[in-house]
Amino acid sequence: MNMQTKVRSETPLLQVQGLTKNYGLITGCRDVSFELRSGEILGIVGESGSGKTTLLRCISGGLEPSAGAVWFDTRRHGMVDVFSLSEQDRRRIQREEWGFVHQNPRDGLRMRVSGGANVAEPLMMTGARNYGAMRELTKQWFDRVELDTGRIDNKPRQFSGGMQQRLQIARNLIHNPSLIFMDEPTGGLDVSVQARLLDLMRELVRSLGLAAIIVTHDIAVARLLADRLLVMKDGRVVEHGLTDQVLDDPQHAYTQLLVSSVLQI
Amino acid sequence: MSATNNPSASAYNYAYLDEQTKRMIRRAILKAVAIPGYQVPFGSREMPVPYGWGTGGIQLTAAIIGPDDVYKCIDQGADDTTNAVSIRRFFARVANVRTTEQTGEATIIQTRHRIPEARLSEGQIMVYQVPMPEPLRHLEARETETRAMHAYEEYGLHYLSLYESVSAYGRIAGGADYAVLVDERYLMSPSPIPKFDNPKLHQSEALHLFGAGREKRIYAVPPHTDVRSLDFEDYPFELQSWEEVCALCAATDSYQDEVILDDAGTRMFVCSDSAYCAERRAAGHAGPMAGHDLDHEPGHEAEGAAA
Repeated sequence: MNMQTKVRSETPLLQVQGLTKNYGLITGCRDVSFELRSGEILGIVGESGSGKTTLLRCISGGLEPSAGAVWFDTRRHGMVDVFSLSEQDRRRIQREEWGFVHQNPRDGLRMRVSGGANVAEPLMMTGARNYGAMRELTKQWFDRVELDTGRIDNKPRQFSGGMQQRLQIARNLIHNPSLIFMDEPTGGLDVSVQARLLDLMRELVRSLGLAAIIVTHDIAVARLLADRLLVMKDGRVVEHGLTDQVLDDPQHAYTQLLVSSVLQI
Repeated sequence: MSATNNPSASAYNYAYLDEQTKRMIRRAILKAVAIPGYQVPFGSREMPVPYGWGTGGIQLTAAIIGPDDVYKCIDQGADDTTNAVSIRRFFARVANVRTTEQTGEATIIQTRHRIPEARLSEGQIMVYQVPMPEPLRHLEARETETRAMHAYEEYGLHYLSLYESVSAYGRIAGGADYAVLVDERYLMSPSPIPKFDNPKLHQSEALHLFGAGREKRIYAVPPHTDVRSLDFEDYPFELQSWEEVCALCAATDSYQDEVILDDAGTRMFVCSDSAYCAERRAAGHAGPMAGHDLDHEPGHEAEGAAA
């Protein structure tokens, strides 16, 4: 792997401390702690029901954790516990400094407005009021994610699954966030489309120097994109380390099972 | 509290609604006036007309009307359309008020689609029948989310619909129900009035009350309040304009309806505000079709309680 982690700062961008989320008596995730610096990509892997999505939703401010804290280095307030902020400030951070790429593009796109409007929406959400300038930037982003600018006014349903995912990626990067969350970004796509999308995402994330947290159950995606991996099982982090190290020399029994379960062709 | 009842309507309380309901609506109105543009929930009652026929407006009028009021009701700008006639007759009967077609004379003007052309003055109250009070609803279906957006002044979403409009039509299309920002704070649907009427809300001397019966919301624009129609820097808000003059009164400054006259495509443009048009004709203005069969004296119907 020739990707080098370009750590841009000494202080972490995101710091998760003892994060626990219970759904009644059921545990979503338990006592998860890690740090993330800007320019770094963290993969979270684990089987279905292991708490990956719960963890992601807690970190991204969508779900209040039962215990623990999520510290984030905001542009407005500096390093703060996201859940100590008012809802208004938290929503502003989500809007201005974060992006969220959903597994299903229908969850992340507005299906009733055009692809171009979907990509431009975060600009309007952060106060842009000049149509021409937004249109221009939207076209640039269509180019960057390799979409045909001639189709800028098509509705999302007129795009293929892979293209919808590209729309989502453009929409989540156009407002220059510092952290992007991705929940199974390549799920449901065929492998060749997956490969090109992964390539694109890697290129974009690297060139923009932003931090990303990618939840996936696909080891190959993790291997390609992530610098570091968290392996989760039953709501706990069972292994944590550099991607190559975790995948090539798994220590925990579950990680060993996970790695050995990958089909070799 | 009850005022003198019209003998013919003695089975009902004055102005149809019971006093407790009127008090509840008045409290909602006071709150709405105190927070311009904010949608105040209220316990909308069943009315003797279906939802969509003006139940919100009728409840507002019933809550504020008194025997001294002079009541005017318009539908599509006209005083003589079916809905306007029956709602006017309703209040003449249950509230024992004098009714009028003249804008300047009325103290309460109930409307759905128009603000009268004549300038409103201090002491007048406009009552709007609103079908869909939430301007963000067509883009955000969740009420919890739209409430948060209003609370935190997150109105970026509204620009998304303007963006769609410009990318599809090359301009901000959409002629009616054009959302406005009230007092630079709350995004508000001005009900389906044409955007031609939006500037009349800005710094108006009259009180504007909006009632949505089915959606159970009341909101208001108090007198002398800033009302701004939202737009883009490079696509500013603009009004509709007509190349034709009103066929009957030759007005050039009024909102005009296009009326198809026959199967051969003959058409006329005529003031949508029938009272304004009649006033101009009475003052001697004549359009290209003045004297035509269609240009008859506006019918002044004799209504029960009209003194």
